Amino acid sequence: MRIALFITCFNDTLYPGTGRAVVRLLERLGHTVEFPQAQTCCGQMHFNTGYRPEALPLVRGFTEAFAGYDAVVTPSASCAGMVRDNHAVVAEQYGDGELRRAVAGITPRVYELTELLVDVLGVTDVGAFFPHRVTYHPTCHSLRMIRLGDRPLRLLREVRGIDLVELPRADSCCGFGGTFALKNADTSTAMLADKMRGVLDTGAEVLCSADNSCLMHIGGGLSRLRTGVRTLHLAEILAATEGDPR
Amino acid sequence: MTARDIVLGRIRAALADVPDDESPADVPVPRDYLRSHAGPDVVALFAERVADYQARVVRTEASGAPAEIARMLTERGVTDLVVPPGFPEELLPAGPWNRLDDHGPLGVAELDAADGVLSTAAVAIAVTGTIVLDAGPGQGRRALTLLPDYHLCVVRADQIVGDVPEALALLDPVRPLTFVSGPSATSDIELDRVEGVHGPRTLDVLVVDRDQPQEVG
Amino acid sequence: MSSRPAAPHNVVWLDAPSFPEAARKALADTGLRRNLGRATATIRDKRLAVTGELADWEQLRQAGAALKRRTLRHLDGYLVQLEEAVTRAGGTVHWAADAAEANRIVAGLVRATGSTEVVKVKSMATQEIGLNEALAAEGIDAFETDLAELIVQLGDDRPSHILVPAIHRNRAEIREIFVREMGRRGRPAPEGLSDDPRALAEAARLHLREKFLRARVAVSGANFAVAATGTVGVVESEGNGRMCLTLPQTLITVMGIEKVLPDFADLEVFLQLLPRSSTGERMNPYTSMWTGVTGGDGPQEFHLVLLDNGRTATLRDTVGRQALACIRCSACLNVCPVYERTGGHAYGSVYPGPIGAVLTPQLVGVEHAASLPFASTLCGACYEACPVRIDIPQVLAHLRAEVVEAKRRGSAVPSAEALAMRTAGAVLGSPGRLALAQRAAALGGRLLGRGGTVGALPGPLRRWSGARDTPAPPAESFRSWWKRTREGGPEKEDGHDCP
Ligand code: SF4
Repeated sequence: MRIALFITCFNDTLYPGTGRAVVRLLERLGHTVEFPQAQTCCGQMHFNTGYRPEALPLVRGFTEAFAGYDAVVTPSASCAGMVRDNHAVVAEQYGDGELRRAVAGITPRVYELTELLVDVLGVTDVGAFFPHRVTYHPTCHSLRMIRLGDRPLRLLREVRGIDLVELPRADSCCGFGGTFALKNADTSTAMLADKMRGVLDTGAEVLCSADNSCLMHIGGGLSRLRTGVRTLHLAEILAATEGDPR
Repeated sequence: MTARDIVLGRIRAALADVPDDESPADVPVPRDYLRSHAGPDVVALFAERVADYQARVVRTEASGAPAEIARMLTERGVTDLVVPPGFPEELLPAGPWNRLDDHGPLGVAELDAADGVLSTAAVAIAVTGTIVLDAGPGQGRRALTLLPDYHLCVVRADQIVGDVPEALALLDPVRPLTFVSGPSATSDIELDRVEGVHGPRTLDVLVVDRDQPQEVG
Repeated sequence: MSSRPAAPHNVVWLDAPSFPEAARKALADTGLRRNLGRATATIRDKRLAVTGELADWEQLRQAGAALKRRTLRHLDGYLVQLEEAVTRAGGTVHWAADAAEANRIVAGLVRATGSTEVVKVKSMATQEIGLNEALAAEGIDAFETDLAELIVQLGDDRPSHILVPAIHRNRAEIREIFVREMGRRGRPAPEGLSDDPRALAEAARLHLREKFLRARVAVSGANFAVAATGTVGVVESEGNGRMCLTLPQTLITVMGIEKVLPDFADLEVFLQLLPRSSTGERMNPYTSMWTGVTGGDGPQEFHLVLLDNGRTATLRDTVGRQALACIRCSACLNVCPVYERTGGHAYGSVYPGPIGAVLTPQLVGVEHAASLPFASTLCGACYEACPVRIDIPQVLAHLRAEVVEAKRRGSAVPSAEALAMRTAGAVLGSPGRLALAQRAAALGGRLLGRGGTVGALPGPLRRWSGARDTPAPPAESFRSWWKRTREGGPEKEDGHDCP
């Protein structure tokens, strides 16, 4: 199976470690990962902020970069959601028939990492080792947009050495929301404060999730308050082994 | 142009995307929801669900109904009792109450001053614990079951259906309908439910089963 | 022909600041946040309990959404049918293109009865058109009879929730308003009134009783009206609705045109969806339905005012149209993490919360409520809760694009945001430019950052960095790592950047 990694512009720039973890993990499971160099961005920020015409070339670029792969995997629930739900909207509104067809062809093959692992590759025990107290924040887009359900937790439960604790009011939004955090900074901060309280209540050393964007927001707050709680993308926990701990 | 023409014109212009030959039936409505969420014993479920609203429910066989009604009226301290036209006379117990008939008809002040009203119902719904009044015999016009502060509603067990869809199918929309689920209530203060506002603050429901035939030998 | 009402309109409050500004003030009110937090948590749990009881909840939602879709796509036909049925049953139907026209019709009808006061059942439509103010200008007193509406009216306040307009008030504040104001509008609050909700409800009962008993005219809204039969319905809890719908001689119902439903049997869906989504009950205490006029029972004169006021403009938008399916249950408000923190007043509209953020800009035009489509993280909790499956996040994103377009049209000079977006678009449009920008960012991060994180950020990003540290961009992006290790020769393990 030809698996292409869609790293997302955000992870590419700020969280390359997550991308390396995905590669290490999939290769450990015996798969070959390719990285199409032409890829850039899914257009989520433009789309969600109302700059739809600006998203059009990015949608086109995505379909071109990933044409011909059996599966496209991304360590971002919200970018997966953007591609699956909204590329068709952009193509419909601004694109031509060719783009609409290309989008329709590619979207069913785009998987968020835990979907690829559980649904396509059929594994929940990925042989990981992570001897820490961890809590999992299901991001809104992973929960309600692409509906990951309990896939991330099923994977985490199989990690050896892990002490997985439940996050109170886990399904409540952390307040990131992309440009929302800038446009409605006060509301975003109020939501963040409640989310951080939940995290601290668990006594976890590590907060993980399926999206680095929300983690940057929550982790940024936790760091500012010098709480000592680390944030880590799920992929990095799944990639960790006894021989190669993180 | 009348406002009617303007509004209808705007609607038609706004729906330019709807094909001219599309009829309402062309827009599919999936009806795969359940007709009823009730189990086999609708009477027991009804009693349980009405009680959830802080209303009192009593079950009795038909022959015991007048005594039960008398007991409840006495317990609630009812003297001036509104009895809607058509209320079954055989259910009406003798007692110290002053019966108010709506022949006059009764004025709002008289109704407001009455201690209670004794009525029948059109249909009852088990899953939601609802009684439905349709101004039929034994129920009277709507004000009769609204202004007195106490409502004792007599429901025959065979009037209880499982759920909302079954009840609506039995009702005639041309009649004024009132669905009553418990006593009046409000959640307007801190979303905390408080029973008893403008409608009757106390609701008792008497469920009347058919008399069981005496077993022979 | 524009079908939006010309300003001034009453849907948005004219003195309302933009959402972020209003939200900042609301967030500073810790008492408000506590009231809201507690109230919304209670109602969320109740709703989940009663919707969870129905195994076919999803099927009911699908049916509700489909019925609304069917109705909206054939709205003209259903309204004409409704008009015929109501008229046949002895009622009179009026059409109002906008708020001013609706107010004129209602005031005229009240004047014709000779009455100078009306009792009112809670109604969003009459809030929206500012009916009380319009009647006051004609010398007619309008008395709100729903407990929460009464609290708002007596407190000279604004509603902050579509179901519980006084949700922002706690019991102590309500007691104070009753003690201070009831005497001015009728029967005063009882001596020694406590703040026990029971006592407060009793005070409202006593205060309103005399008004119900003498009322000759009532004004109501409608939760639905059945086209086939002309049956109109009001769903309520306290019995104030029954009082208004039963005791007066004349009943005037103001209803948005989108509230019509095809058939009586369709109520089997909505009478299951609405109470469970709304107050979290299996059924609300009272639902009244009437068809025209019934001799000897209830009002002998019935007027139904069908209100457009921006709804046809909303209908024109094939994406935004779904907002007209709303049955005003308020579930989306109760689950919204933004609403829970800011409360309803921050939205500056009669319709707050997620549904307000999509309905208000459509009713009044996006340029008059430009900050509302952005008052959401697009978290999707509203869509999941909505009993008629309105995809609020989808409509929000759609309206954001309209706001941006409207701004583009309105100004020859692009805004700072538009420039930033354009620049980002250009950078992200090519992998080469992205790689260059990443190298520049890594350099900038090394200059700004300390120990892997950046504290204060410049410009508008200050709003971010005020409460959060930011990771410094790592020295090597993923794509350069890949190039270096996978394409540039023998495989090397990665250069760690994990903390
Ligand atoms: S949008 Fe949906 S959830 Fe919100 S009030 Fe309307 S019907 Fe209820």
